Amino acid sequence: MTPEERFDAVVAAEDKIEPTDWMPEGYRKTLIRQIAQHAHSEIIGMQPEGNWITRAPTLHRKAILMAKVQDEAGHGLYLYAAAETLGVKRDQLQELLHQGKHKYSSIFNYPTLSWSDMGAIGWLVDGAAITNQVMLTRCSYGPYARAMVRICKEESFHQRQGYELLIRLCQGTPEQKAMAQDSLNRWWWPALMMFGPPDSESTHTEQSMTWKIKRVTNDDLRQQFVDMTVPQAEYLGLEIPDPELTWNEGRGHYDFGPIDWEEFWAVVKGNGPMNRERIEHKLKAWEDGAWVREAAAAHAIKKTARSAA
Amino acid sequence: MTYDVPVAPGESGDIETTTNSGGDVWPMWEVFVRARRGISHVHIGSLHASDPEAALQNARDVYTRRGEGVSVWVVRSADVHSFEPEDAVDYIDANEKVYRLATTYEIPDEVGQM
Ligand SMILES: [Fe+2]
Ligand SMILES: [Fe+2]
Ligand SMILES: [Fe+2]
Repeated sequence: MTPEERFDAVVAAEDKIEPTDWMPEGYRKTLIRQIAQHAHSEIIGMQPEGNWITRAPTLHRKAILMAKVQDEAGHGLYLYAAAETLGVKRDQLQELLHQGKHKYSSIFNYPTLSWSDMGAIGWLVDGAAITNQVMLTRCSYGPYARAMVRICKEESFHQRQGYELLIRLCQGTPEQKAMAQDSLNRWWWPALMMFGPPDSESTHTEQSMTWKIKRVTNDDLRQQFVDMTVPQAEYLGLEIPDPELTWNEGRGHYDFGPIDWEEFWAVVKGNGPMNRERIEHKLKAWEDGAWVREAAAAHAIKKTARSAA
Repeated sequence: MTYDVPVAPGESGDIETTTNSGGDVWPMWEVFVRARRGISHVHIGSLHASDPEAALQNARDVYTRRGEGVSVWVVRSADVHSFEPEDAVDYIDANEKVYRLATTYEIPDEVGQM
């Protein structure tokens, strides 16, 4: 059996490819790019919610929000580690992100304008992330799939705390409910865009599906998410900002209106409301933390020298 | 969410891959966690840290925030040794020696459980 035949057989058998296995260069490159983007998304994704930690309305909500943001840092860590098994360095990936040569999910380029956005993000953004990440637990690359299993467990907390936050607001004063509706209005469409361009236009999908990196297409994941979310909005008594949203008996799915792909591409290309701020903030944190990284490394060298003496 | 963000202008396509362990400021560590008393430590993930103490603290913070374990080991990734993939295949072929398996011996029913 040639290495390539062995690779194909492992993938066909729903077995996992592991770091030291032979793999096609394209497979390696696709994974590095995707896992790095995923890691960057977790790290940049701390900013929109970090923005509200000091303004959380109660100590309880503040503790929840800090725990969630800390989880996202951990998700970034698991994913960078998964990328490193493919022969790249975390520092290398950080640099590409800082230089703007690497992307992260566009959803994090939208601002968090109100407290209820903390609910909408947990419910919709983490909800969309779960839909995608549950699929990725079945990815053919072992380290990526294993990272997803851990992440999905934690994401469940993220989504539930967000939805529960919205239940409280929707059962509160008319002003609180209006604030929740406003959040839904702003986050609904960007959340649907998180699944990426329509299948008719997404270039990598087919190859990724053959390699079993991706198991479900963008449009099918998006539909899954809509079907799951509409009843949840109804329970809250909130209205999804889409006049074309209707249950289609024949398909057994909700039909929904067209997505503004021009907006999507504008944000991907760097012209979203927060693109610049996100990278500037990331860069500042990286530079401000340099002395800690260097001091710890110097301390380790000194200690090793001392114990050798 | 798709993390497969479409290719955008200015994106860097290829990244140089490397197999040596240098490059990062802090070395990489493998983390093993014993989920509860009575069972072995199991590999749970990796992290970067400057020294063993920092690696242990980071491991506790990252991998045991929800009662995942009662004990943690960290091992420098560079200190983990394994077969080269080619040799690993030979190793798997050892399964040809089926006479090593208990199930290849027929014992009459009358003998009872064995
Ligand atoms: Fe996450
Ligand atoms: Fe995520
Ligand atoms: Fe999350």
